[in-house]
Amino acid sequence: MSAPPPSSVKAMRDLAEVAGLRIVPRRFYGRWIAAILILGVFAWIVKAFADGQIAWNVVAQFFTAPAILSGLVNTVIMTACAMALGITLGVIFAVMYMSPNPVLRGSALFYIWFFRGTPLLLQLLLWFNLALVFPKLGIPGLLEMRTVDVMTPFVATLLGLGMNQGAYTAEVIRSGILSVDAGQTEAAKSIGMTRLTVLRRVVLPQAMRVIIPPVGNEFISMVKLTSIASVIQYSEILRNAQTIYYANARVIELLIVAAAWYLMVVTLLQLGQFFLERHFSKGRGERRPRADLGGKT
Amino acid sequence: MSLYPPMVAVRDVTKVFGSFKALSSVSMEIARGSVQCIIGPSGSGKSTFLRCINQLEKIDRGAMCVDGELIGFRRVGDVLHELTDAEVARQRLATAMVFQRFNLFSHLSALENIIEGPITVLNRPRAEAVDEAMALLERVGLPEKRDAYPIELSGGQQQRVAIARAMAMRPKVMLFDEPTSALDPELVGEVLAVMRDLAASGTTMIVVTHELAFAREVAEDVAFMDKGEVVERGPPAVVLSKPNHSRTQDFIAAVLR
Repeated sequence: MSAPPPSSVKAMRDLAEVAGLRIVPRRFYGRWIAAILILGVFAWIVKAFADGQIAWNVVAQFFTAPAILSGLVNTVIMTACAMALGITLGVIFAVMYMSPNPVLRGSALFYIWFFRGTPLLLQLLLWFNLALVFPKLGIPGLLEMRTVDVMTPFVATLLGLGMNQGAYTAEVIRSGILSVDAGQTEAAKSIGMTRLTVLRRVVLPQAMRVIIPPVGNEFISMVKLTSIASVIQYSEILRNAQTIYYANARVIELLIVAAAWYLMVVTLLQLGQFFLERHFSKGRGERRPRADLGGKT
Repeated sequence: MSLYPPMVAVRDVTKVFGSFKALSSVSMEIARGSVQCIIGPSGSGKSTFLRCINQLEKIDRGAMCVDGELIGFRRVGDVLHELTDAEVARQRLATAMVFQRFNLFSHLSALENIIEGPITVLNRPRAEAVDEAMALLERVGLPEKRDAYPIELSGGQQQRVAIARAMAMRPKVMLFDEPTSALDPELVGEVLAVMRDLAASGTTMIVVTHELAFAREVAEDVAFMDKGEVVERGPPAVVLSKPNHSRTQDFIAAVLR
């Protein structure tokens, strides 16, 4: 090596001086401007609602009205039942879709095609008016019922929402199953598990990590989707709110009541999703305190 | 060591993937309590051979027996009927497999991986399964890792847990499919040590491997496979040191270089 040129010797001397200087953090002026603008808009909205012709005492009065609460209960029950039906059908049809049996595959394809391909409202009306096609249901001679007695608004809504949901959930579950490495299935088979046990003990628990976020999303949609059942007289919360404001003309107040309840239910669901996701992320990277694992092993 | 009846008997087994003949009329007998190593270039059919014994692949022709039981089929007169899913699952209990990529259940801890089979498949009481699993974890040198998830373990540790998981099923034969090929070089030794210990305890093992030193030391018999055929078979001193066949000579020269 030859001697360094004089200019680089000077640069080194400068660097030693720079190394001792004070550091001033970067200032984010844009963030401050954005925050002020957003707060301004927010304050304006709050003021508009405060000044607007909204009788907040009416909101408070109807917030816990029996009709609203029973509507809320119906909404929650329908959401839970329809999602339970949807997820059950989703698992069944996802497994059928992936089956080597062409008949099972074909039926799953048909189911998904039909229920994803027609509007939910139309499906609800179809179920509710099933009596027009099949006046009686059951096994002839053994057990027969009039379809109009069976197809109550509850049953029609449950079938409509649940079967429709199943078609979407089937695809979500199928993608979850496909996300599990084939080696997991082989290892499970090699210790003597049957196909069903492999699915139940190894594939589905791992697929849950992929399945939960979209299904949580659909659960939240379902809470709000139940309101569509008002067209077939299922008395969920929005329909009951409407019934009240038809009588007292407090439209906005009752819509606020319903909106507040929807938000509360959805918030709880999001919380539930957070804990479920955490549970099923076991063995996926992030290390958690061992205390969390107590009991369930 | 009695040679007959062999633990595993394979007769004229052929396996075809599309137009590719992975195994062409392979026959082999593996004695009880012996260690059979299979070497050969990639694509030579050695992994397929193991997967056929474990019925992860269906054979196209031929027959195989494990401990005297016909694998994959039931003979009715002059025809062979394919077994049902449940019957295949039962037969797989005789042959446990250790995979190149470990394939530990990623949602279960080390201990849970080992007790999963005994509890869900063999219906053993949980406490008993846990006791045995802990004994196995001791044996593979990882008792302190009982609650660790696979992702928290090194490759060598994962493979040792996978070996313990296979042993927990008390199989008649242990199948090893290139158990050290996915490991960092410094982790190979710990896995081979566990396998050496297993071999010394008289477990029947079929090991597909590139570890010629291990084969020389542990195997009773080495088979060299190429292009879906068993080219040469015999004691390690012969097959690995002075092979008769030129393809074996070329392969061993290439591996040792």
